[in-house]
Amino acid sequence: MDRPLRLIPTETTQSAELARTLEALLVVASQPLSLEELQSACEADAEEIGDALELLWKRYAEGSSGIVLEHVAGGFAFRASADAAEACARLFERPAEKGLSQAALETVAIVAYLGPVSRPEIARIRGVNVDGVVAGLVERGLIAEGGRDNEFGAIRYRTTPLFERVFGLESLASLPRVDDLGADVGEIRERLEAVAEKRTA
Amino acid sequence: MTVSVHELELDLDAFQGPFDLLLSLVLREELPLREIDLAEVVIAFVEHLDRKGELDLDACGEFLVLISALLELKARAMFPDEDAELAELEPEEAAEELARRLAEYRRAKEAAQFLRKRIEERRTFFFRLGPAPLAPKVERSLAPQEPEKLAAALRVLAIEPPAPSLAHMALRFPPVSQFLERWRSLLRRRSRFDFDQEVEGLSRVEIAVAFLALLELRKQDEIAIAQAAPFAPIRISRADAERSLSWTVRSA
Repeated sequence: MDRPLRLIPTETTQSAELARTLEALLVVASQPLSLEELQSACEADAEEIGDALELLWKRYAEGSSGIVLEHVAGGFAFRASADAAEACARLFERPAEKGLSQAALETVAIVAYLGPVSRPEIARIRGVNVDGVVAGLVERGLIAEGGRDNEFGAIRYRTTPLFERVFGLESLASLPRVDDLGADVGEIRERLEAVAEKRTA
Repeated sequence: MTVSVHELELDLDAFQGPFDLLLSLVLREELPLREIDLAEVVIAFVEHLDRKGELDLDACGEFLVLISALLELKARAMFPDEDAELAELEPEEAAEELARRLAEYRRAKEAAQFLRKRIEERRTFFFRLGPAPLAPKVERSLAPQEPEKLAAALRVLAIEPPAPSLAHMALRFPPVSQFLERWRSLLRRRSRFDFDQEVEGLSRVEIAVAFLALLELRKQDEIAIAQAAPFAPIRISRADAERSLSWTVRSA
């Protein structure tokens, strides 16, 4: 009757309990909760929280529940699953991103990359006055005032955690690298000159 | 897309042809910018937009960047001495600057495209939005509220505060005549006295006035003043008592 000793890996009760607490915290939160916040709320260390989150990742993966756990804006948050989108759209609006113009997107992109940045600096890059666009972005909560320019005292703007959430970024570091965007100066210059060559040829 | 800006046909006094050719000629210094009426270029672009009947925002953006760069170049060319640093900008550098700005703007545009794509991808994601209920607010504990206490507090506030005293601000000068009289009567009783002793306990202003009175008496030849050394006691005597001696006024 010898039976080999078998160690059955089970979810430790501690992780399961912690996972329940995390669920509760995330359901109450209206903003992503950082690992530090979860730790201090649960009075647990990073590793314990990590194990509990592991359970939640599986439980709240896209497709398995109406609620999906996501890692966004430097923290963890619940969102509705994609298949519930139509129902959600009938009942809820998305004021932060609804009807964002091209000008607004360019401006918020400049703030995300160069922020904190002042209105005159944004205007110099975009070549037009940006006062109205900046005011609109502040109202949407995508950018906020963040200190003043040392030289002229102009108000400087930076993007908010809501910006990262709306655009699904874990942090600003998840934006594409500047070097991967657009052509470099030399290339544009060459193209201008190439056009000139062709014209005179 | 942006092609429409480059293909914009211009018919100006100094130039006829597409916009990108104008740009190249200016960059290559074959066409002096000051001869180009940039307002005409703007009008041509607006007419071009009107003919197309639709608003191409990409084209508008690129046009704005180009035309403002041209305007800046032109302004610099027209005021070469306005700013030594700007004047030093060689056409080569100006062209570099133009290209640099185009690149900077293009980068912003591509970043905007990336963000637009993210929004599209997340179109089906809904999440809760709202102010964070983080960290329990510290509850302000209020003392028991009684209307009488409020009334009493308001009554105290309603009392007109006393007008601030400015007494210490005014320099009160006693009249010189007062000291003239005092010195004269003193000298009627005594032939000489010591100034410092007599003014002891008086305020600085009074001492100054007392001294002015001395000078006045001296001017009228009624007294003689002597001081052995700077800061030494000032001795005053009746003029007639000293008349025989040669007196001198020695003072600091």
